Amino acid sequence: MIYDLLIAPFADFGFMKRALVASLCLAVGGSSIGVFLILRRMSLMGDALAHALLPGAALGFLLGGLSLPAMSLGGFLAGITTALVSGAIARFTSMREDASFAAAYLTALALGVLIVSLRGSAVDLMNILFGAILAVDRTALLLVAGTTTLTLAGLAAIYRPLVVECFNPGFLAAMGVRGALYHSLFLGLAVLNMVAAFQALGTLMALGLMLLPAVAASFWAREVWSMTAIAAPMAFLSGAIGLLVSFHAGLPSGPLIVLMASLFFLASLVFGTRASVRARLSHPLHLRG
Amino acid sequence: MSAALRLVDLTVSYDRHPAVHHVSAEIPAAEMTAIVGPNGAGKSTLLKALLGLAPRIEGRIECSARRIAYLPQQAEIDRSFPISVLDTVLLGRWSRFGAFGGAGRVDVHDAHHAIESVGLGGFERRPIDTLSVGQFQRVLFARLLLQDADLVLLDEPFAAIDSKTVADLMDVIRRWRSEQRTVIAVLHDLDQVRRDFPNSLLLARELVDSGPTARVLSAENLLRARAMAEAWDEQAGACEVPLRRTA
Repeated sequence: MIYDLLIAPFADFGFMKRALVASLCLAVGGSSIGVFLILRRMSLMGDALAHALLPGAALGFLLGGLSLPAMSLGGFLAGITTALVSGAIARFTSMREDASFAAAYLTALALGVLIVSLRGSAVDLMNILFGAILAVDRTALLLVAGTTTLTLAGLAAIYRPLVVECFNPGFLAAMGVRGALYHSLFLGLAVLNMVAAFQALGTLMALGLMLLPAVAASFWAREVWSMTAIAAPMAFLSGAIGLLVSFHAGLPSGPLIVLMASLFFLASLVFGTRASVRARLSHPLHLRG
Repeated sequence: MSAALRLVDLTVSYDRHPAVHHVSAEIPAAEMTAIVGPNGAGKSTLLKALLGLAPRIEGRIECSARRIAYLPQQAEIDRSFPISVLDTVLLGRWSRFGAFGGAGRVDVHDAHHAIESVGLGGFERRPIDTLSVGQFQRVLFARLLLQDADLVLLDEPFAAIDSKTVADLMDVIRRWRSEQRTVIAVLHDLDQVRRDFPNSLLLARELVDSGPTARVLSAENLLRARAMAEAWDEQAGACEVPLRRTA
């Protein structure tokens, strides 16, 4: 019974197996990116960036049809361009970075939908916007796994400057380190993860597995490493449970995975150990000193 | 007395408006110098220029310091960031291990020692978001201790800090001077400057005066400083004739 419910879907069906491995990779790589996005107060900007992949992916779709490498490359280039251009606009003018990101992504989203409609059908558009994790094939799996490897190695390499750039950029500058370089490298890794998440969850929800577990973890932990250590398993469980529910109930998997992550977020919001609703409402005796 | 720093006709501008205008001055080595002036007088800008972080500099800064340590205003730091006291202090050894190296046992030992000497022993594992403003300032001073710099720049080190903490941190600053380090601090409390800082530089975008504190902080100089700082002219034309002042 339990075997049928929890194990059999993954054991019996190749597409479920691949989807599970894909969500494991996305969980491990993406949630650490998500933790940094939150600490840099960039969660909404990250979301905007994910939408900005669309015109690139659409252009790849226009030129190469539903080919993952073409769409991924297009998406990656579009994401990087958006990040660099809006960063540059914010630096060279007095416009705030969030405003320039919003302007860039709205432009990108409109352009993307227009390009897809030139050639594709409504189904194609739905796939690009909302993803299809059950259609993950060998190529896609290699892309996702490669991204995760690169992300973990990359984050480990730039960890210290990135942390200092987050909380005390002036110190880094005084040490003669170019914080902007590490910021750009981080944005590059973030875009890479969004591209990887793109086939599974689509451009509109690509950040679901990155941000929601990271936000949830911030109700439990108070170091960067422990936040990541909590966020990654939550992200993976969201993926696994979402896939199972989608399999048994015959509902689309992408939104279910993100909704599972939302449940983790809600549960943490209520029961978490720090700054949660429970912590607010409970009145333990105050300490002596 | 040799000079740790020589400013030669220094102008620093934002958007072409000078924040520091044609300043020439000498700051003595192994001495405590206060930078004083009204808000908007260019004090923080001057410190940024000394660090090489100012957007546009004309004129010259001659600096003999090997290593510079800098205490930023607290507003420049995200104090809600999840990082421990020990890790924050250890960053003071950045010049030793850089972005990629590891902190050695000596560094950790020195960090514990620095934390102890600013009166925060036992706080090593505490995340910085649980500290008060004064405690966090002590953490930043411990980080400065680890930097082992011969020139220490402090930007408003005592803003919103209680008198006990100020007294403790002043002890740290005096110890730096006894170790032949040069200390430059941006300060607003003139009584404190008169009491503790033998040397001053009074700034109001242009230099009003620099030298022994008793002379620099005269009532007449302070009045001039206040009058000079208030002019920000949207329509200002280009400054063509360099105005030279001597210290």
